[in-house]
Amino acid sequence: MIKSRIRKYHAPVWDEPLVMQLGAEGRQGVALPITEPAISEVVGSPEDLIPLSMRRTSALGLPQLSEFEVQRHYLHLSQETLGMMQISLFGTCTMKYNPRVNEKIVYQPYVAEINPHQDEKTLQGSLEVVSRFDHLLRELSGLDKFVFQAGGGADAAYIQACITRAFHASRGELAQRNEIITTSQAHPCNPATASAAGFKVITLPLEENGYPSLEALKSVVSSRTAALMVNNPDDIGIYNPNIREWVEVVHQAGGLCFYDHANFNGVMTRIRAADLGFDACMFMLHKTFGGPKGGGGPAVGAYGCTSELIPFLPGPLVERNEGGSYELRDAGDLSIGRVREFWGNVPTVIRAYSWTRAMGIEGLRDAANISVLANNYMEKRILSIPGITKGLPELTQRRLEMTRYSLGELTQETGVTTIDIQNRMPDYGIDGYWLSHEPWFIPEPFTPEAGELWSIEDLDYWIDVLEIVCTEARENPELVKSAPHNQPVHQLSGANLSDPEKWATTWRAYQRKYMEID
Amino acid sequence: MTKIGSKVPTAHPFMANSAPESYKEMLRVAEVGDIDELFEQIPAEHLYTGEWNFPEPLKSEASLYRHVSGILKRNISCEDYLNFLGAGCWQHYVPAICDEMVTRTEFLTSVWGTPSSDHGRNQVWFEFASQIGELVGMEFVGLPLYSFGTAGGHAIRMASRMNKRHKVLIPRSMDPERLAVLKTYCGYAELDGFIEIVQVEVDPQSGRLDLRDLESKIDHEVTAVYFDNPNYLGVIEKEARAICDLAHKFGVEAIVGVDPISLGVLASPAEYGADIVVGTTQPLGVHMNCGGGVGGFIATRDEERYAREYPTLQVSLTDTIEQGEMAFALTLFEQSSYGSREDGNDWTGNSVYLWAVANATYMSLMGPSGFKSIGHSILERSHYAALKIAEIPKLSVPWRTDFFKEFVVNFDATHKTVAEVNTALMTHKIFGGKDLSEDFPELGQSALYSVTEIHTQEDLDTLVAALEEVTK
Repeated sequence: MIKSRIRKYHAPVWDEPLVMQLGAEGRQGVALPITEPAISEVVGSPEDLIPLSMRRTSALGLPQLSEFEVQRHYLHLSQETLGMMQISLFGTCTMKYNPRVNEKIVYQPYVAEINPHQDEKTLQGSLEVVSRFDHLLRELSGLDKFVFQAGGGADAAYIQACITRAFHASRGELAQRNEIITTSQAHPCNPATASAAGFKVITLPLEENGYPSLEALKSVVSSRTAALMVNNPDDIGIYNPNIREWVEVVHQAGGLCFYDHANFNGVMTRIRAADLGFDACMFMLHKTFGGPKGGGGPAVGAYGCTSELIPFLPGPLVERNEGGSYELRDAGDLSIGRVREFWGNVPTVIRAYSWTRAMGIEGLRDAANISVLANNYMEKRILSIPGITKGLPELTQRRLEMTRYSLGELTQETGVTTIDIQNRMPDYGIDGYWLSHEPWFIPEPFTPEAGELWSIEDLDYWIDVLEIVCTEARENPELVKSAPHNQPVHQLSGANLSDPEKWATTWRAYQRKYMEID
Repeated sequence: MTKIGSKVPTAHPFMANSAPESYKEMLRVAEVGDIDELFEQIPAEHLYTGEWNFPEPLKSEASLYRHVSGILKRNISCEDYLNFLGAGCWQHYVPAICDEMVTRTEFLTSVWGTPSSDHGRNQVWFEFASQIGELVGMEFVGLPLYSFGTAGGHAIRMASRMNKRHKVLIPRSMDPERLAVLKTYCGYAELDGFIEIVQVEVDPQSGRLDLRDLESKIDHEVTAVYFDNPNYLGVIEKEARAICDLAHKFGVEAIVGVDPISLGVLASPAEYGADIVVGTTQPLGVHMNCGGGVGGFIATRDEERYAREYPTLQVSLTDTIEQGEMAFALTLFEQSSYGSREDGNDWTGNSVYLWAVANATYMSLMGPSGFKSIGHSILERSHYAALKIAEIPKLSVPWRTDFFKEFVVNFDATHKTVAEVNTALMTHKIFGGKDLSEDFPELGQSALYSVTEIHTQEDLDTLVAALEEVTK
């Protein structure tokens, strides 16, 4: 039953040419400061300062636009980006409010115009925020130290893979311990970073309870086990109740245990990684802790660990001195070194600290409660839409902050797929939903995540649109299959972009492949 | 210490459903009596029930702003002091429009919409890749990576996968911060995929890579030679063509790292034979952000053997079902970790895609003439500074020609350490150059000075006078 008044919506259409197609010869978007005559007098012609062999001889095919033309172009492109402008329940990414006050703060010169090599006496503000936030995360996880160098969740998983390497190498066991265990429901970054670090990956499949059994784990754990990398709950809202036993089994075999806390939002203040026995965990500051996504970063994967692993952390480490000032300390000989230059996306650590302070511990508990409650609220209504079923329906316990659904029945009936529906919902102003990570084990999946931001009316509106589109799928499947219709551009042609003759990741390549020169 | 239970929340500005009435309505519809019922999957012994040592919430934005900005104001920024630190994170002027675009809520908060509904952002990404391609002279460019060093690390691994060799040659002049990242990416001998790093000496006369040492170390076992141009010490590797030619003689990939802000005046790596180009994106319209502004890219010729090894995501221009309409779609997704988990090329995830918006805006603003002017401006100002500093008694600039933006200043004759000099400069409200004495002991007490288009003659004269005074 549709509860909302469905609004008329059409995305802005600017039919915006590529920036390379705009402008005209001789226009300029910036003027550089004029070189003072005294400088020219001393150094002479700038061209003569470049060794002959290294002077640029080829023309630069960049656009030539006035300042306003550039501004207008990118404003148009921002308007042709739907994102969170109405409702986005993009699962696994915890779409939450990104407080505007944080943007105001991080664009001040005392945050933005800071060089990481500055004397630490001049960095006391940033160091203090980093240190304070480290302590808040210690409290939330029970772990002993957090670092923020990782440029995202995957990079934090890579820190784990690197620490696993360094830890076993320090004991002379690395050659023997070359296997990392994960599950098919763990985010792809876990097996991928393990493999990039040189480990063999063992992936446990799901079993009837919605997670791999303890027996399955025991059957693969051995003296070759270097580490376990898992999430819990996973992104279908299932919690593995045996996780403590898992950790014990891996520890007994001499492996490390890493908790990918990508799905922390629903269990904040209830679960602490250290209490479950984990050696390390990762929080996503751009998801759970109110930092913006930026369309894919800059992000922060906050990596925390027990005191036993602190010597292996990437440096430099932010520490508080006895006198109350802060310093950057070298990480020591056992450290993995660096996974990225410098000490992290500091503005996003500041945003996360600010968000967490705005929430307080009770606010975090409320946010967790609301996000799990909102998911269960949505589930009641979504499952009343014909053609939609719940992933792993035989598991009747309440799901946490996400539920994965299947449109398999609707697809069988109408031929309309989950991708068609994902394309159609934006025609109502709703950001396309998340389907599922690889591998798909639920047919035609979709995974909304309600979170704590969105109001009941927003959740209802989202469900109403889903229901309307499912009805359209039955009454006018072509309308859905040819969607979208109200967007800046139509549905993609589906050209095979894995064909080297067809792909074009730059305008140069496109011109060569598609635009015949007479 | 606080103890928290589960109760009906009080309204919080960030959460619509924290209003008690909304919350209760959800409980009613979801048929939940007590909120704790919803957590039935979690065994009781997993739950934390202790007390919390957590500061009081700052729900008021005014209080929050005052608290957070109050702490951060203890920083001294490069607008407060004259700054000559660069070394991997450089102070350039960021045009206001770049900041406008990256703070647009549409770009700032979005995550991953459909190709049609997030068309605008995808177009920006394509324009980022296209303009980087123009600067470096390459046709295939991926979406940005975390940093210069991570781009270099992935590029070396691409080369190793392509030619199945496991040794990389890197000049001694490599940025130590970047080198630390490369070491991480090259792995451990005990495990699969290990790549041995062999250092190539720097010619002390020129500051450039020592070609003879390179000749003695290169062979058919080498996967790649990776060098930055200009190198970390600011020196232009003017024998770049010879380095690349030598690499090709042995079937070795030539990887070149660049600072794209130099490419309006310096030859593009493609012109002198680079196979894989990596670099930084931070100078292109992104604030230093204490190192949080860094980003990287990988670019190559548009050849299948390279394209198939990219670990990144990339967008391709494509068409729609509407005749003549252009759109953007991911290409080669299946070779990423999202597509193939551990069987994909390395891994990808959230990166610094928002900075690609700033970068695209910046490159469009600059255009060909802007890149040329900024290149000239940096050359003129940095050379002026180097010449003036070299005139100071007891100070020397070992490589006074053939550098871009950064140069080394040696303080040995002053019998002062760089640390002492820099501390003294701070009393003049100046951040002196990056201390090299620990990472490059062979250079003695030396510092790396970075001079860009932001420095006026007056700024540089101020620096020279201060240096003169503190080294007296």
